[in-house]
Amino acid sequence: MTSESIFSLLGTLTPQDISFVQTFENPVMSEFIDGAAGSVLVVGMIIVVGLLTYYRGWKTLWFDWLTSVDHKKVGIMYIVVAFVMLARAIIEGVLMRYQQSIAVNDPGILTADHFGQLFSTHGSIMIFFMAMPFITGMINYIMPQQIGARDVSFPLLNAISLWLTAAGAALVMISLVVGKFSTGGWTAYPPYTGIEFSPGEGVDYWIWSISLTSIGSTLTGVNFATTIYKNRAPGMTLFRMPLFCWTSLCTSVLMIFAMAPLTIATLMLALDRYAGFHFFTNDLGGNMMNYANLFWLFGHPEVYILILPAFGVFSEVISTFSGKTIYGYKSLVIATMSIAVLSFTVWLHHFFTMGQGANVNAIFGIATMLIGVPTGVKVYDWLLTMVRGRIRLTTAMLFSIMFLVTFVIGGLTGVILANPPVDFAVHNSLFLVAHFHNMVIPGVLFGMIAGYQFWFPKAFGFRLAERWGKASFWCWSFGFYLAFMPLYALGLMGAMRRTVEWFRPEYLGWLQVSFVGALLLFSGFLFLCVQLVVSIRQRDRRRVPAGDPWDGRSLEWSNSAPPPEYNFAVIPHVSGKDAFTQMKQEGQAYASPSAYEDIAVPKNSIVAPVIGIAAIAFGFALVWHIWWLVALSFLAMWGAVIARSFVTDTERVIPASKVRADHEAWLQQVRECTTTSREQEDTNSNVGRAEVLA
Amino acid sequence: MRRHQELTKILVRSAGGLLLLMLSSMAAAASVGFINPAGPIAEALRDHLIFIVVVMMVVIVPLFIALPWVLWRYRLGTKSGSYQPNWEFSWILEVLIWGLPAVIVVVLGWNLWHQSYELDPYKPLASTEAPLEIEAIALDWKWVFIYPEQGIVSVNEVMIVAGRPVSFRLTSGTVMQSFMIPRLGGQIYTMAGMVTKMNLLASEPGQFRGLNTQYNGMGFANQKFMTHAVSQADFDRWATNMSASRPPLNQAAWAQLTKPSVLAAPQFFGSVAEGFFTAVVAGFTGGSHHHIKADGTDL
Amino acid sequence: MKREPLLHPGLNLGSTDEYAHNEAEPVIFGFWVFLMADLVLFAILFATYASMSVQGQADGPTPTDVFDLPSAFIETMLLLASSITFGMASLALKYKADGLHLVFWLGLTFCLGAGFVGMEVRDFWVMTQEGAVPQRSGFLSAFFLLVATHGIHVTAGLFWMIVLLVQLRVLGRTTAVKLRLMRLALFWHMLDIVWVCIFTFVYLFGVAQ
Ligand code: HEM
Ligand SMILES: [Cu+2]
Repeated sequence: MTSESIFSLLGTLTPQDISFVQTFENPVMSEFIDGAAGSVLVVGMIIVVGLLTYYRGWKTLWFDWLTSVDHKKVGIMYIVVAFVMLARAIIEGVLMRYQQSIAVNDPGILTADHFGQLFSTHGSIMIFFMAMPFITGMINYIMPQQIGARDVSFPLLNAISLWLTAAGAALVMISLVVGKFSTGGWTAYPPYTGIEFSPGEGVDYWIWSISLTSIGSTLTGVNFATTIYKNRAPGMTLFRMPLFCWTSLCTSVLMIFAMAPLTIATLMLALDRYAGFHFFTNDLGGNMMNYANLFWLFGHPEVYILILPAFGVFSEVISTFSGKTIYGYKSLVIATMSIAVLSFTVWLHHFFTMGQGANVNAIFGIATMLIGVPTGVKVYDWLLTMVRGRIRLTTAMLFSIMFLVTFVIGGLTGVILANPPVDFAVHNSLFLVAHFHNMVIPGVLFGMIAGYQFWFPKAFGFRLAERWGKASFWCWSFGFYLAFMPLYALGLMGAMRRTVEWFRPEYLGWLQVSFVGALLLFSGFLFLCVQLVVSIRQRDRRRVPAGDPWDGRSLEWSNSAPPPEYNFAVIPHVSGKDAFTQMKQEGQAYASPSAYEDIAVPKNSIVAPVIGIAAIAFGFALVWHIWWLVALSFLAMWGAVIARSFVTDTERVIPASKVRADHEAWLQQVRECTTTSREQEDTNSNVGRAEVLA
Repeated sequence: MRRHQELTKILVRSAGGLLLLMLSSMAAAASVGFINPAGPIAEALRDHLIFIVVVMMVVIVPLFIALPWVLWRYRLGTKSGSYQPNWEFSWILEVLIWGLPAVIVVVLGWNLWHQSYELDPYKPLASTEAPLEIEAIALDWKWVFIYPEQGIVSVNEVMIVAGRPVSFRLTSGTVMQSFMIPRLGGQIYTMAGMVTKMNLLASEPGQFRGLNTQYNGMGFANQKFMTHAVSQADFDRWATNMSASRPPLNQAAWAQLTKPSVLAAPQFFGSVAEGFFTAVVAGFTGGSHHHIKADGTDL
Repeated sequence: MKREPLLHPGLNLGSTDEYAHNEAEPVIFGFWVFLMADLVLFAILFATYASMSVQGQADGPTPTDVFDLPSAFIETMLLLASSITFGMASLALKYKADGLHLVFWLGLTFCLGAGFVGMEVRDFWVMTQEGAVPQRSGFLSAFFLLVATHGIHVTAGLFWMIVLLVQLRVLGRTTAVKLRLMRLALFWHMLDIVWVCIFTFVYLFGVAQ
């Protein structure tokens, strides 16, 4: 076959779309960076494949992970995706900061087109492929264990959601090597993103990667909500659930309601682009204002989808490391619920400047400020949780405290932006960029890092090295202030977002400080990686087989670390809040159950990976107009679902005798463990059995 | 060892130099943007902002004071504060932490409501003089300003009268953009087929940079224009001069303008068809994608 | 394993099949939640249509010009009837031990549903012939998206029905198949409700204007 006929099978794809070819043909700095990024991706893949082959890891990878439907493994895989994508998006952030810090009356190193792709991928990745997978993974891993369940309600659906999200992430990654990404930002406002102004594959990459993950998230929301409503252990009433479960519930409900507007908006944009419809075009009755409404009808609840689980993490971390029950539990629940409801009533604050009347603006502005009330309540509830406790400044706790401090500053600027007149002055400026990073970095990212530090020993059986964790913490904290405080000033000085080159020398100093801050943030990320490597190498010294290294309060700490695949040998009976603390105080923890039963766990399934791989092919084919592959992959996805529905043998039974043997062996081990006082928490004497103070 | 010291010295010096550079540039920076207002609108916006910050301090300052204190007093191993692991509620505190933010929101909300009307960009500014009418069309990547009374057009430069209100009517001939002159006031979107409005006033003569704030592609960073606030006499002289010496905005010129491009220098046109702005707006609202002829009729 | 006697909204198997009834709880509940998400999707399509049908006509055809009310009315009747027949199928699932009743009612539902889709496709084709294509105006774009999304849902329901008929044959009346039939029933009735809204707000209101 000649190369021409091969390419005729590949739709609109041509050799020139491969980024290395572009770099070769046009060797300027911007292309070179693009090519290098592509190479890192390709070389990275080759190294991973090589390592897997060398260590004979393929079997483990496939049978223990990729085909698994165990919520714990699915959760971990979500977080791995989040970490990989975080690495890319941070580097992009630093690169943009570098460009802006040198591009004052100077073109800098990036072309406008490349810069446009960078803020679009950075924003889209951070929101959809870093923050979303991170919170979803965290909920997946923790929530079922906290409510005393063996798995989520629909384990296979859970794996399918993971694979849809991963497919979306894969598409964004592919766009690094094949073709270009959108330059329309993470919001992709038409008509700019319409076919008339953005021909080519870029926006299509955005559309399909986002569509895949938004469907995945809808299904996740359904799954989590059902799990929380239906799978709680006996006695685990809603008002005895740990706060993390409450925030997970609110997030799931938000996902159920808020993802649809996004799905529809991307679908309409796709119809405009592919089929000549007129939803958002300039002419023939299209109206881009509908897009703005739809997008933010999703977009505002989205920020609460992201931040509520982080609020949950902070509640758990602060309560645990203060050695105290949470202050104002009911008040926190009510605050969470009101935030969830209110989050649907404020979307218009993202476009106060679109020319609707003062009264409409004022109403939405006030609604926005109202959210400040429950949020303020939460902050004070966390503070009061520490009062009369005994506070340990572990890495997780440090991140939580820095969150409190930094978040109120973001809250302040949020209230400022809620005022339509002021928003008129700083909308679209770096002030806004500073504000939302001021919410998502301490809010979402610090929350997820805190949760990762907190629950890592549970998931992998050994503690992370605190020293590196703290080094990372200081980088993240100082880095944040250095990187983003100058942007507030720049915004007030009229510097706008998404700008590749400046013409005001006054901006220079601020931009340079901000770049230094971005470097620090990046080091914070590197230290997290170092921490992981160091901890893995020292894992034998750091093990916590008894499973409770922090004197935990909720049920997930009551089983081994890592937990058995069925989580609980016997489903616990719950009689109050802080279920595990109560058990420990009443001497019920680690007691041998009176009887064991057979446990049915779901079998592994190749359906989810098949759907995931078909989804990648589907998205890719749509981007490049490869219609035969579109049809084929579509059939493959639904074929897999239908075929699966004919499989009757989907469960594996673990006999009671085996459960008994394993569980009793572990209990025996726990009884032999020495207990650790909180002062000794960060020493190797901590094997996961907490000292119980009478 | 000596090497090491040398290196340290160099590092310290360059860091110091950098710091100095930054500080001086930051000091200079306060002269741009709406924090250095040049008109009543921008000034009101700034004062409004300061008011919000001050009021918000009521909830923020207590946290900043209490947090370190709590961390210290209740640290592990201390004998100072009592340890009550089951303490979880107090009505007094509860009323306080719900009540205080609520009161603040009421105060700020009241203020917000009034300011939204007061500073509505659509609201004509109180003045003894009739406002100067300007029609602005956003193109890729330039701004076209039409002075309907004077019948002239300027591109990427706008001339206004100091002390006299300006009333902008805005639309877009391409994707959505956002019009702003930071030192004079806020911004408003411009959209094809639609008209938005903005009222501004420059108190003193001066030059203020204006720009599009909504990303619209490759030339976005360059889409800036200069606003000249001059006396009425200077404005009139300028207008007469323009209409006498500059070519008309004809079809060819308009076709040239609508092509995406970054202009090296501002352009001026001495005449323009009446109703041109309206025709540009109408060009998008009808049944087919019209192309606008310079005489205002459909092509 | 005995659960508390919770009932979910919709037809419960209850005493006629204790085991499937107990299994149904999370599955049916989860499906209700899913339907809710799906309804949000339709709600948004309705909202878009509401705005575009008025503002997005772009001097093109108006609703009165292009809607074929008698045809839409017949479609409504077909779909309503199919909901009744599916109701009969559900009752057969609960009370009739033999499979024949069930298959008969499902088959009838299928025919009615297929009739609906067929007529809808014909409507679309006629509109296309008159130049009322989605590319013509925002109003038509919104119309086609809303109505076709419903139509695609119905078509998916038909495929689902075929799969379940095959499963009744291959797997028999197992608990899993029963639960799927119960979910398809909910899905089908929901589509009926959505169609009633489409008929009212799109067709009747459109022509009334
Ligand atoms: C960790 C260090 C980070 C750095 C250095 C960084 C840097 C940047 C930069 C330079 C921009 C472009 C600003 C502009 O438009 O001028 C940007 C935009 C953005 N960032 Fe970040 N960021 C970071 C973290 C995050 C995180 C954690 C999130 C979200 C979870 C996030 C979400 C976004 C979004 C949504 C945009 C807007 C993209 C757009 O304009 O469409 N960033 N960031
Ligand atoms: Cu918002």
